[in-house]
Amino acid sequence: MPIHIIDRRLNPGGKSLENRQRFLRRAKSLVQGAVKKTSQERDIKDVLEGGEVTIPLDGMHEPRFRREGGTRDMVLPGNKKFIEGDYLQRSGQGSAKDSGPGEGDSEDAFRFVLSRDEFVDLFLDDLELPDLAKRKIAQTESEGIQRAGYTTAGSPANISVSRTVKLALARRIALKRPRKDEIEELEAAIAACTDEDERVVLLAQLEKLKAKTKRIPFIDPLDIRYRRFETVPKPVAQAVMFCLMDVSGSMSEHMKDLAKRFYMLLYVFLKRRYKHVEIVFIRHTDRAEEVDEQTFFYGPASGGTLVSSALHAMHEIVRERFNPSDWNIYAAQASDGDNSYSDGELTGMLLTDKILPVCQFFAYLEVGEAGGSAFDLSDSSLWTLYDRLRNSGAPLSMRKVSERSEIFPVFHDLFQRRETSQEKAAP
Amino acid sequence: MTERLFEGADWDFHTLQRITDACEEVATKDLGLDVYPNQIEVITAEQMLDAYSSVGMPLFYKHWSFGKHFAFHEASYRKGLMGLAYEIVINSSPCISYLMEENTATMQTLVIAHAAFGHNHFFKNNYLFKQWTDADGILDYLDFAKNYVMSCEERYGRVEVERTLDAAHALMSHGIDRYPGKKKLDLRAEEKRAGRRRQHEEEVFNDLWRTVPKGASKTRSALSIERRRKLLGLPQENLLYFLEKSAPRLAPWQRELLRIVRHIAQYFYPQSQTKVMNEGTATYVHYRIMTKLHQQGRITDGNFLEFLQSHTNVVFQPEFDDPRFSGFNPYALGFAVMQDIERIVTRPEDEDREWFPDIAGKNDVMGVLRDVWANYRDESFIAQFLSPKLMRHFRMFHLHDDPEERAGIRVDAIHDDRGFRRVRRELARQHDVGFIDANIEVVDVDLSGDRRLILHHHVIKGSQLNETDAKRVLQHLADLWTYDVSLIEVDANDKVLREYVVSPRPITAAA
Repeated sequence: MPIHIIDRRLNPGGKSLENRQRFLRRAKSLVQGAVKKTSQERDIKDVLEGGEVTIPLDGMHEPRFRREGGTRDMVLPGNKKFIEGDYLQRSGQGSAKDSGPGEGDSEDAFRFVLSRDEFVDLFLDDLELPDLAKRKIAQTESEGIQRAGYTTAGSPANISVSRTVKLALARRIALKRPRKDEIEELEAAIAACTDEDERVVLLAQLEKLKAKTKRIPFIDPLDIRYRRFETVPKPVAQAVMFCLMDVSGSMSEHMKDLAKRFYMLLYVFLKRRYKHVEIVFIRHTDRAEEVDEQTFFYGPASGGTLVSSALHAMHEIVRERFNPSDWNIYAAQASDGDNSYSDGELTGMLLTDKILPVCQFFAYLEVGEAGGSAFDLSDSSLWTLYDRLRNSGAPLSMRKVSERSEIFPVFHDLFQRRETSQEKAAP
Repeated sequence: MTERLFEGADWDFHTLQRITDACEEVATKDLGLDVYPNQIEVITAEQMLDAYSSVGMPLFYKHWSFGKHFAFHEASYRKGLMGLAYEIVINSSPCISYLMEENTATMQTLVIAHAAFGHNHFFKNNYLFKQWTDADGILDYLDFAKNYVMSCEERYGRVEVERTLDAAHALMSHGIDRYPGKKKLDLRAEEKRAGRRRQHEEEVFNDLWRTVPKGASKTRSALSIERRRKLLGLPQENLLYFLEKSAPRLAPWQRELLRIVRHIAQYFYPQSQTKVMNEGTATYVHYRIMTKLHQQGRITDGNFLEFLQSHTNVVFQPEFDDPRFSGFNPYALGFAVMQDIERIVTRPEDEDREWFPDIAGKNDVMGVLRDVWANYRDESFIAQFLSPKLMRHFRMFHLHDDPEERAGIRVDAIHDDRGFRRVRRELARQHDVGFIDANIEVVDVDLSGDRRLILHHHVIKGSQLNETDAKRVLQHLADLWTYDVSLIEVDANDKVLREYVVSPRPITAAA
């Protein structure tokens, strides 16, 4: 009997991938909820590491007709002391009640592992970059070159040898150009030939072949093809993210932590959209400076508060290093809302004239102490200023946050996919 | 001395070939097994998980529930909560056995003997498999099913297909024909039968019967009900079949999907009835083959000890008060009964002669076992061959748990002379799918009224349906039927215990 032994190990993996995707799609709202819940509990650094999530089984339940209750009979192994007619207590440990039908009913939650990509996708699924359509037009300034088939005219540097030879070969076959070995064969036959008459016939044949070879060139100008190139608009695939933060004495650790969480989310979000994302940290008191991340969040600083200094520094950096036609610029500012009164005018001017025109997005996050009582009081000076600017039409996004748990909702709120604007753009 | 099959734990494909040849020699010559051609496939852990989630089949249509099972198995596998099976074997011709690549050479030998010869023989020879499954056609059918589902998704949309499949899956356990259909008689046979019947009537004719008073003749409405039920083939316990044939508003492709699910359920029906026998057979066969290979010197003592270790793990039966206990282990029970049959056939005691006069001392072990493997299912197998000696060995006892009984759970019978037969009958009943699955059938359709579909659940021993699940399944059923569905739970005295009525959900036009 023939026996086939087959090595299946090399078969492409991921056979269940499609089923898994279907499952995730079906459980999407549940999984999404779970993902958000998980990510709130997690440290923001590994918020997107993927990992185990738990969803209620309810929506994913596969119902069957199952029987339960009633009188039950069961045969069990391992009798030690019972004799016929004994009674066993129901609630005791010694009773064998736990077996039999109905097992597995208690399974009301379902745990499984999500990969990192799946996690990020679900985490950021319903978020959208603001005003993407508008900027796209501006982005077409940079162009790239892309191959686009073949052409009959072009510069010699662009000759496509393989395509040319291919066409020449086709033409030679079609026109029956004599092959080299055919001629050689005939020549050999002539050399070996002793009969004079036959020799004449062969010579005539040879002449004919040679003439034909001459008439039909090996490569004809007709055959020549050039590689064609097209210029295509190249989307800007890099982004820079400016993190501006007030580090004056009035900013507590808690506030900085809130800001940090927001920045992390923004970073992850941008990272998913752009190949290359740079971060610039600018901290300010009454002067602004560009610092590294460690200093930004943890370095000690003190002094008054001049927001305009940070905006000015950002403007300088953009001018020096990040040409707005090559970079998508995002900025997020976090502050407790204090600003010296005299600085208001300058800040407003810098923002509307210099910063906002080059930015894709500018978000202002006002952080408060846990408990949030500060917000019941009147608005801070910076908030009042920005609010005024926004009301006069500046594309500013601003939110207040005082609790860790609010960070994600606020972020979510800022980047929520706007159905209306999409529908407008579609037709 | 014969050559060793392998040295150490490593194996390659030549080793597998040698192992298979050696196993085949023992299986056919010594045990007289009759198997489908074998196809052995080596797979990775991930592929094993894949196979788990599509009920062990090499190809299957796509559905989210398989993704769910995959995610579940993967999570528990990664956490180390669950080991993977050493093999999966498919009832097809050629019989496909999947071997895990991690297995050592000894384990591969064990697995080949177990699956490629044990299970394979059982698949090919057991009457249930012969009756209900088509080993030659199953892979082609699955291929067809996969492509058909895919083309339906393209044509009618994934959501629609998913809805139909969800509903069909919910009813899968009640999409099975439990009895083979009536065979159509040809005309000649029919004529013969009519003649025999007439002859019988003449032979037993007695004028006295004419004088026996007849019951009231059937009323017109009763007759019309009878006619209608006959027209619809009622009562019908195969719900999927009934819907496929009679649901008023299903599209042809939906009927075909129900048919696919029904066929697959039917294909697995014998497996659920023969767990103990199937695993017992395979375990018995691998034990015999491995022992023989060891006797022949083809595997070393070390290999044999390695084998014994995993073999004893497989046939380990925890006692009822052991935390590891989760019912009878089909491997342990099946293997024990088959070894016991071997003992009865070769070295019977007086008790065995009394209990098993047909086989005691018959001396042809394999002949008896092959007959057992071919003609029994779990329920009849236990009812027939579980010996008193084995009941004593397992120290079996029977518990009767009546919620009405205040005093607690009664020990109804134990492994003594008074109890043997009762224990055995109860254990057999535990393995009877007829008792395990709820007995639900379509009894009527209100054709003159609102087309309500009426089902009955015949409640046995007071065990009713789980309410939430029942409602959900009925919802699926109503969606397919597209009119109201009611399920009535009745006990043996036709007393109504509970009634469900479910209306179909409106189909949203969105999707």
